[in-house]
Amino acid sequence: MADILDYEDLNVPGPTATALSQPFWDAAAEGRLILQRCLACERAVFYPRAICPHCWSDALAWQEASGSGRLRTWSIIERSAHPAWQAVAPYAIGIVALEEGPTMLSHILGDRDGFALDAPMRVRFVMVAGRSLPFFEIST
Amino acid sequence: MRHGLGAIVGVGELTPQRSTEGATTLGMIAEVARRAVMDAGLEPGAVDGLLVGPHVGETPQHVPATVAEYLGLKPSMANVVDLGGASGAGMVWRAAAAISAGMCETVLCVLANTREAVPPRSPNRNPIREFDVPFGASGANATYAMIKQAHMATYGSADADFALIAAAARANAQHNPEAIFFGKPATVEDVLASPMIASPLRLFEIVMPVAGGSAVVVTSMERARDMQRPAVAVLGAGEKVTHRALSQVPSLTSGPLKPAMARAMAQAGVMADQFDLLSLYDCYTIMVATTLEDLGVCAPGQFGAWVRAHGLGHDGDAPLNTHGGQLGFGQPDLAGGMTHVVEAVRQLRGSAEGRQISNAELALVTGNGATMSEASALVLGAWT
Repeated sequence: MADILDYEDLNVPGPTATALSQPFWDAAAEGRLILQRCLACERAVFYPRAICPHCWSDALAWQEASGSGRLRTWSIIERSAHPAWQAVAPYAIGIVALEEGPTMLSHILGDRDGFALDAPMRVRFVMVAGRSLPFFEIST
Repeated sequence: MRHGLGAIVGVGELTPQRSTEGATTLGMIAEVARRAVMDAGLEPGAVDGLLVGPHVGETPQHVPATVAEYLGLKPSMANVVDLGGASGAGMVWRAAAAISAGMCETVLCVLANTREAVPPRSPNRNPIREFDVPFGASGANATYAMIKQAHMATYGSADADFALIAAAARANAQHNPEAIFFGKPATVEDVLASPMIASPLRLFEIVMPVAGGSAVVVTSMERARDMQRPAVAVLGAGEKVTHRALSQVPSLTSGPLKPAMARAMAQAGVMADQFDLLSLYDCYTIMVATTLEDLGVCAPGQFGAWVRAHGLGHDGDAPLNTHGGQLGFGQPDLAGGMTHVVEAVRQLRGSAEGRQISNAELALVTGNGATMSEASALVLGAWT
């Protein structure tokens, strides 16, 4: 398994931020996970959008997320489709259902014996190629 | 004859190849189009509708006009269908609808692709590129691995159950000399011994990318009757698009094919247990498993028992992907989805040489695009 420090030197593609999503990545750089919340229907939204996908309101505001969630599925990548990621293979990715409702895909850290449906997850920011990214790990 | 939405009167296919040094997409489109229109017994001038896919290497824009010009066609309806692996089946319904709307009379639906030794990297700047790729999730293997993992974690399904689907595809490919795995069968043990690519997905559960092409010619029921040639009726169709990125999937264990198939079957007035052929999109073993469960031939989580209980060959009691599926035939990019249409047409016309299902009257065709995102289903019937 790759050491956390190995990620710093990876030459992998970073996020292609847009003006609308920049606050998410700016917060990540400070080690904070933020989500949009719709002021009309009160549902949390991820990934960041111009309108709420539930009610189409354009009244969306950034809010601090709890950073907790549950694992919905995962895979141990033995052969990455992106050659630059192969340096840390095998590595795990997964889909995390955030406590606030939305699901997000992330890199998953921690003991793989603990990977299970609905396993509790906690965000952990990791430096990847000079960028702070919200990875998740099993929370014990 | 049941009421049909339209008729498929010609099919064409190119032999899958691992590489196509010097070939152009336009040249391959032309060859497969010629085969389909000749199979229909039509002159090129009879084609007045054209549906193409978005992946035409030489021309990222103006694809229908470029293809029409290359073929010497002047269609009165021309469009791109961009539904990934659901494009083939989705084209057939759109062709029938365009004919019904009076836009045209006879539509060529064509998909073909070359294959470079080193495929170009995606130019995506979409949410997947921003929110999935930076975390190490590139390509379809990673996403279908997670769909398979969800099935195993939810239902306790076994790796050997999935391997049965791959082994059955390879077995059926032994009856199709065009298949990339013709002469290369694989047992359940072989599948389980193949290298792990993205757990729990192993190499033999993943389609082999190839160059190739598939085309069909669609016309009205009336015109097909006048042509007095072998034809197949489109009895029902359904479609559903629910998301693009797997992180946004509504369910990991049931996909948009469920409502798409239900709509197609309701329109055709048929039930799930009536099909003589299941021609199910199979980019990965998990896609067949989920489709069988969404179709309702078995309960959720129970595809393994169903597969074990049935013969899936052309001479079995539940023929499934008799051309080998894409797992046995190879996946010629977007044309891979169209191979399921072409095989259903051959079986229903009684022209599936060396693998003909006896008295094949009713087939279900499914298409699936992206990450279980885009779904298209067709119920096809023999012309009786």
